[in-house]
Amino acid sequence: MAQVIYDHVTKRFDGVIAVNDLTLEVKDGEFLVLVGPSGCGKTTALRCLAGLEEVSSGDIIIGDRVVTHIPPKDRDIAMVFQNYALYPHMTVYENMAFGLKLRKMPKQEIDRRVKEVAEMLGIQDLLNRKPRQLSGGQRQRVALGRAIVREPQVFLMDEPLSNLDAKLRVQTRGELIKLQRRLGVTTIYVTHDQVEAMTMGHRIAVMNQGVLQQLDTPENLYDHPANLFVATFIGSPAMNIFPARVVTGEGAVRLVAGDVTLESPAEQRGRLAEYANREVLVGIRPEDLIVQPGQVGEDRHLRLPVEIVEPLGSETLVHLRGPVGTLIAKADPHVHFSPGELASVRVKIEHLHAFDPQTELALF
Amino acid sequence: MVGSNRLSSRLVLLYLPLALFTIFLLFPFYWMLIISLKPNNLLLNMKINPLYLTQFTLDHYRYLLSNTDFPRWALNTAIVTFGATFLSLTSSILMGYALGRFRFRGGNVAGTAIFLAYLIPPTLLFIPLSQVVARFGLYNTYWALIFTYPTFLIPFASWLLMGYFRTIPRELEECAMIDGASRFQAMWRIILPLALPGVLSAGIFSFTLSWNEFLYALVFMGSGEMKTIPVGTVSDLIRADLFQWGPLMAAAMLGSVPVAIAYMFFVDQYVSGLTAGAVKG
Ligand SMILES: Nc1ncnc2c1ncn2[C@@H]1O[C@H](COP(=O)(O)OP(=O)(O)O)[C@@H](O)[C@H]1O
Ligand SMILES: [Mg+2]
Repeated sequence: MAQVIYDHVTKRFDGVIAVNDLTLEVKDGEFLVLVGPSGCGKTTALRCLAGLEEVSSGDIIIGDRVVTHIPPKDRDIAMVFQNYALYPHMTVYENMAFGLKLRKMPKQEIDRRVKEVAEMLGIQDLLNRKPRQLSGGQRQRVALGRAIVREPQVFLMDEPLSNLDAKLRVQTRGELIKLQRRLGVTTIYVTHDQVEAMTMGHRIAVMNQGVLQQLDTPENLYDHPANLFVATFIGSPAMNIFPARVVTGEGAVRLVAGDVTLESPAEQRGRLAEYANREVLVGIRPEDLIVQPGQVGEDRHLRLPVEIVEPLGSETLVHLRGPVGTLIAKADPHVHFSPGELASVRVKIEHLHAFDPQTELALF
Repeated sequence: MVGSNRLSSRLVLLYLPLALFTIFLLFPFYWMLIISLKPNNLLLNMKINPLYLTQFTLDHYRYLLSNTDFPRWALNTAIVTFGATFLSLTSSILMGYALGRFRFRGGNVAGTAIFLAYLIPPTLLFIPLSQVVARFGLYNTYWALIFTYPTFLIPFASWLLMGYFRTIPRELEECAMIDGASRFQAMWRIILPLALPGVLSAGIFSFTLSWNEFLYALVFMGSGEMKTIPVGTVSDLIRADLFQWGPLMAAAMLGSVPVAIAYMFFVDQYVSGLTAGAVKG
């Protein structure tokens, strides 16, 4: 068990900077999720940690050892690959025992460990099968088991659930969380799926174009995104973003977008006033727009026409024609909306976000 | 209706051409076989049908094995073939692996250069090679052929293996290396077993070519006891314009046996789909 530190790690492939000055500290026993869109450098970051890629600059530390120039076999880590990478010519048992045999562990000890882990994962009846005789879910378990028997300092997982069907994925996700909490092994988990990230990680590192955007708990990431990218990447449907002009006067600070005027949240007035007469990007999550059909509610509520209604069962997404572009709101699934009609919209002002249009950093 | 249609079209499109092709390919072997078994007095008799045997004798085989150096030629051929095949296969596995796996400066150029080397006809290459063989003092030793056959075996075999190694998912050996294997261990215990069909193909290719090779064998190792089967057969069984057809064909038959066995034995080993199940499938 160990902490993991990326210290200003950069990885260049000829022309492409896949990982750009990544500094990141994973605590001992932590489940850290590395999330970001496809091609943002997640896999590369993980491979650098595994020693499969030589870093271009920077250092990697596992436990209290600098491992930057140590070969993969001596880093005491285990990795679960996206395609599982089971050795096709070996049985499940041999797959799991391979790493232990290489370390010259006594036969009985290997046998004990393999059987114990197989039981833990419910694959004890598959030990004599070859990988091609297994279903996708079973292969995934074997890959996991092969990592667990090693009892490494760190688990690395690169999108291990992405090849499973939706139902199995949700189930395995839960089991993986329980397993990690029970074993307490430091785990770095890569995914492009923000739902996986939000449900699994103690903390989440969001990456984009090789750069770490934010590292925080799921709650903080959701409630206090550091910049526009994180705000729109985390959460589904994505946060509504629209430009608005900051208008000050008569002791108030207001945000004006088209024919809509919003009061600034009380505690953010000072921050917004710095942008007086300039534009900012305003963000509001779909659940922070409270919609009701028709013209009910108070005068200060907005009246916006409904464009599309998407009933999802547990909730209904209402697309509204906003002052600038479309706004999506989450509504009670039992309330009926019809396209073309007006809806009454209350904005939860206290949950408003604002971003600098140039730097895209969050103002609040 | 549909069934019978399909059967007859299969017959015309598949089995008929296949049968013709097989007959065409196998006829020389059949011809070889019956001549090697025919008594001398019937060999050139134009009155009987030459396509089948009326009388049968093993005289030619007996003559070949006791009155000529054939057993010695076979031994020479075997030593040279196994030596050259082993050397070529070992180098080709290492080279094919390096070219197929590592990204290094000049890797692609090296790959192309090797393939171009394969295109140089051995009949041109033997002139400079004979100098090399002479200067190393290897004339009429087994090393003369064991070291020169790889010049045309390695280019093809390493090219073939390079392609084969590339079909094996990189993650497999990466996983092995994380699991505690050195690169060599990962190659030996993971990649090589999976590349077995490719290694066998390259091996059979090297074996066949070495076994049948004529020109280098004639030039570098063609005198006295050191002859190989192809060279010995031609030099000792053809006296000027006198062709000893019976022993010649018997020698050809015996000479093809090891090659045929090599093919038959390993055809079963060309296990396709060995890598199925390695990754999601
Ligand atoms: N071996 C490589 N050679 C060249 N470029 C690479 C290589 N591996 C990854 N890249 C590039 O690095 C970037 C990050 O890739 P990757 O780490 O696989 O992203 P992710 O896993 O987040 O989808 C991509 O632009 C990709 O094209
Ligand atoms: Mg990836």
